[in-house]
Amino acid sequence: MSAPMLIKNAHIIDPASDFDEIGSLLIENGKICSRSSDNDTGAPEGSTIIDAKGMLLGPGLVDLRVFTGEPGHEYRETFASAANAAAAGGITSFVCMPDTMPAIDDGAVVDFIINRAKANSCVNILPSAAISKGLKGEEITEFGLLKDAGAVCLSEGRKSIQSAALLRTAFTYAKNFEMPIMHHLCDYGLKGKGVMHKGLFATTLGLGAIAPECETIPLNRDLILAKATGVNYHAAQVSCAKSITILEYEKQDSFEISAGVCINNLTLNELDVGQYRTFFKLNPPLRGEDDRMALIAGLNSGAIDTIHSGHDPQDVEVKRRPFAEATDGAIGLETMFSAAMRLVHSGDVKLKTVLQAMTSRPAQILGLPIGTLAIGSNADFFLADLNYPWVNNAEQIISRSKNTAFEGARFSGKIMATYVGGKKIFQHQE
Amino acid sequence: MSKQHASKSTPNKASNHPAFPYQHLLGISQLNQYDIINLLDRAQAMIPISRQPRKTLSTLVGKTQINLFFENSTRTQASFEIAGKRLGAMVVNMAVKTSSLSKGETLIDTAATLNAMQPDVIVVRHGSAGAVELLSQKVECSVINAGDGAHEHPTQALLDALTIRHHKGMLAGLKVAICGDIANSRVARSNLALLGSLNVRTRVIAPKTLLPAGVENLCSEVFNDMEQGLKDVDVVMMLRLQKERSTNSLIPSEREYYRFYGLDEKKLSYAKPDAIIMHPGPMNRGVEIDPAVADSPMSVITDQVEMGVAVRMAVLEALLNKSDIIEDGAAK
Repeated sequence: MSAPMLIKNAHIIDPASDFDEIGSLLIENGKICSRSSDNDTGAPEGSTIIDAKGMLLGPGLVDLRVFTGEPGHEYRETFASAANAAAAGGITSFVCMPDTMPAIDDGAVVDFIINRAKANSCVNILPSAAISKGLKGEEITEFGLLKDAGAVCLSEGRKSIQSAALLRTAFTYAKNFEMPIMHHLCDYGLKGKGVMHKGLFATTLGLGAIAPECETIPLNRDLILAKATGVNYHAAQVSCAKSITILEYEKQDSFEISAGVCINNLTLNELDVGQYRTFFKLNPPLRGEDDRMALIAGLNSGAIDTIHSGHDPQDVEVKRRPFAEATDGAIGLETMFSAAMRLVHSGDVKLKTVLQAMTSRPAQILGLPIGTLAIGSNADFFLADLNYPWVNNAEQIISRSKNTAFEGARFSGKIMATYVGGKKIFQHQE
Repeated sequence: MSKQHASKSTPNKASNHPAFPYQHLLGISQLNQYDIINLLDRAQAMIPISRQPRKTLSTLVGKTQINLFFENSTRTQASFEIAGKRLGAMVVNMAVKTSSLSKGETLIDTAATLNAMQPDVIVVRHGSAGAVELLSQKVECSVINAGDGAHEHPTQALLDALTIRHHKGMLAGLKVAICGDIANSRVARSNLALLGSLNVRTRVIAPKTLLPAGVENLCSEVFNDMEQGLKDVDVVMMLRLQKERSTNSLIPSEREYYRFYGLDEKKLSYAKPDAIIMHPGPMNRGVEIDPAVADSPMSVITDQVEMGVAVRMAVLEALLNKSDIIEDGAAK
């Protein structure tokens, strides 16, 4: 076992235990051994001592929505490249989506992913399993066997199940095995050929529009079914103001429902699409500024629980196309933290709220002992300089695909080092 | 110098017009009102050429024009072809069936391939909004948008404006109604942009299902009723009901559409007595327009086609006839 490590003078924030002080953290055998606001805590003989003066020390981020290309599309992203990108972004655990080739709809595939990830990834990769066989939206998968194999939750990935009957069965059966369900919301009929937020801007560009109802109708349906079945339900990603109103109302009498938002929807809006810039073609689409402000308000009010990167690597071939024909999605592992700091620096959201939405809250939804600095837990954490200025240049991107919605973006705040199990897996190089 | 000398043989010298300061014509929204008037004046000067017994000029001799149409079009493609040939350019029509080319090859690859053939201008029609602009970023020559999805169709708007000016003498202060499938129409978008910047009072008339979000910001007034909308207008611009697009699910039947939104004698009677009727073609007779109305003396639909050639000649000339001067003056 490696030598003990003492990190002192750090601004430690642990949302899970409401800890927010300048102090020190002692790590031994990959676990958090002690935590104190007293900097004179004696380190054991032979300890490595790190002075983290001016740094924020937070629990490793937990990202609930990440697409990799493995298995099936390794040219987009492998577990290794995704893990390195995550490490650079302070993310120490992420849930990988089941829309791979083959889909994660069978215990054997879950097993494969866990083994591949263990051998190739420096962060914790948590497989989600498909809700329906082959992601076809027809029959439910073997929830029990998938859970036994190690799937942490159920998800249909990019897809949205249209049948209320299938959802009801899935929610009921998921409750039976106490599996969380994360569902992307989209009414395909209403979406039609829509490719961007409905409004004057889409009209001017001559692009098909996606109305908010495309999200709010399935959200209402899911919440009704979730309450009827008692399942641990997570609206994977909401994007519009109306959804916040619905969530605020429905969450009044239920603790089992939660909602996530993609960092892109929190920090960008429809105007970023500009002249058909396909790196901003996302699903759900970037919405109006009113919607973005409502999402921020929802984060503050508790209507929104989690923030995810929505990391979706796509190669140039499918992005350099006319807007309507280009594939959705943007990468985000490396920039989620820094983009979230924009909300903090602008005064829109408190640092603790943002960290909670990226650490303890997603961990709670999954029911896993991660995203915390509690004594005895794995020493997964990051050190960040909240005021460090940097520019996200395409050539510095670690992810195998370069489709970032923050190309050339300027940020204040950067992850300086990331640790998993007490081992440093990322160090910022000047 | 020799080029300018050659253009002297034309009835109206190109040098009389201000320079057109763009490499491409991708949409009306890139133009200001002076650019638009410049192009209309240039087009006006082109009209007599097509009426001469011998219609060919040498303005663009030695230039190569590629017509790249990803969507089927007979009249627009023919109009651009005739326009190019009347100016002396070599015109090549690339028959691109959506099935063959775009399946294996991306638009970017197509652009790179064509670029290597060293054309001077590519005229592009594509089913996706923004596709022509994307292509223009990947080639060195000029690009003319001949229609991209529901986005823009700038030469159509220019020929419509020229037709109105031809019949009404001027544009500012007129009331123009655009009727029909606004939601799916690039013609409507380009026309609203052009007429709006020339202080024309524009109205759109359509059932609510065929109106796109925020359209009230793009025109002066919005109507859902033909009688109210056509009252006292100077110009009635009908749009083609895009049966090939997803309009089917937005209106229940052609007979109902004709009953409420088809231009017939009765609805036309609400417009000014000297109103003119326009249609970008091809017409669905008995759907958006009564055959008798389409053929009436108030109809200027065939004039639009004639103006189309003049406008396209003007645009080609404005974009291409300056390149020699640029080459002489600049290093590259």
